[in-house]
Amino acid sequence: MIGYALTFGFFAVCLALMLNLWRLVKGPSLMDRVLAVDTMMINAIALIILHGIQQQTTLYFEAALLLAMFGFISTVAYCRFILRGDVIE
Amino acid sequence: MEFLLELVISLLIVIGGCFVIVGSVGLVKLPDLMSRLHAPTKATTLGVGGALVASMLYFWGIEGKVSIHEVLITGFLFLTAPVTAHFVAKAYLHRHPEKKTELPPTGRPYGWSTYDAPPDSTAGQAGDVEAEKKD
Repeated sequence: MIGYALTFGFFAVCLALMLNLWRLVKGPSLMDRVLAVDTMMINAIALIILHGIQQQTTLYFEAALLLAMFGFISTVAYCRFILRGDVIE
Repeated sequence: MEFLLELVISLLIVIGGCFVIVGSVGLVKLPDLMSRLHAPTKATTLGVGGALVASMLYFWGIEGKVSIHEVLITGFLFLTAPVTAHFVAKAYLHRHPEKKTELPPTGRPYGWSTYDAPPDSTAGQAGDVEAEKKD
């Protein structure tokens, strides 16, 4: 039963990633693209977690945690760069 | 593994997948960036939270010990999603100054925080002058 649920979960997350990619390509504004990349990062975390359940290994948690941190830091850095023209003043 | 635990894990994965799809469909379908911000920051975060709780229950079921990693990731995501949304909204408002005319009045002596200075500042904002004229 978990196998079927995992199949549905993979399908859902991959569809969500494709929709985010569409928003990333289409835009229209720059902040739409930043938001799309941030959402893709969160969806990638979900994909890694589901992969960890399927492979029955806890090896991927560190990867998911690192991805969460880098997604947050990169989004904030990019927004600050757009707002102020500099990341650290 | 117990049947009930498997059922709960499967339900959590399916609900999480549904929320992730809802968040990304909202990102595509909603008309404006300020509306589009709602979908990923709320629905997608909740979807990832569902998958993480499912993962925690699963490894508790097969290994017999509770792992704290997922709680860490969930807490981090739930803390950072509002901050990210705030930064994106603020950067968007400052890149599009024409949006200022669409904003409703705040109903207080304070203006919109990203556009106007506080009323007691000595910067000489336009809102202050108007407020003084009314007095």
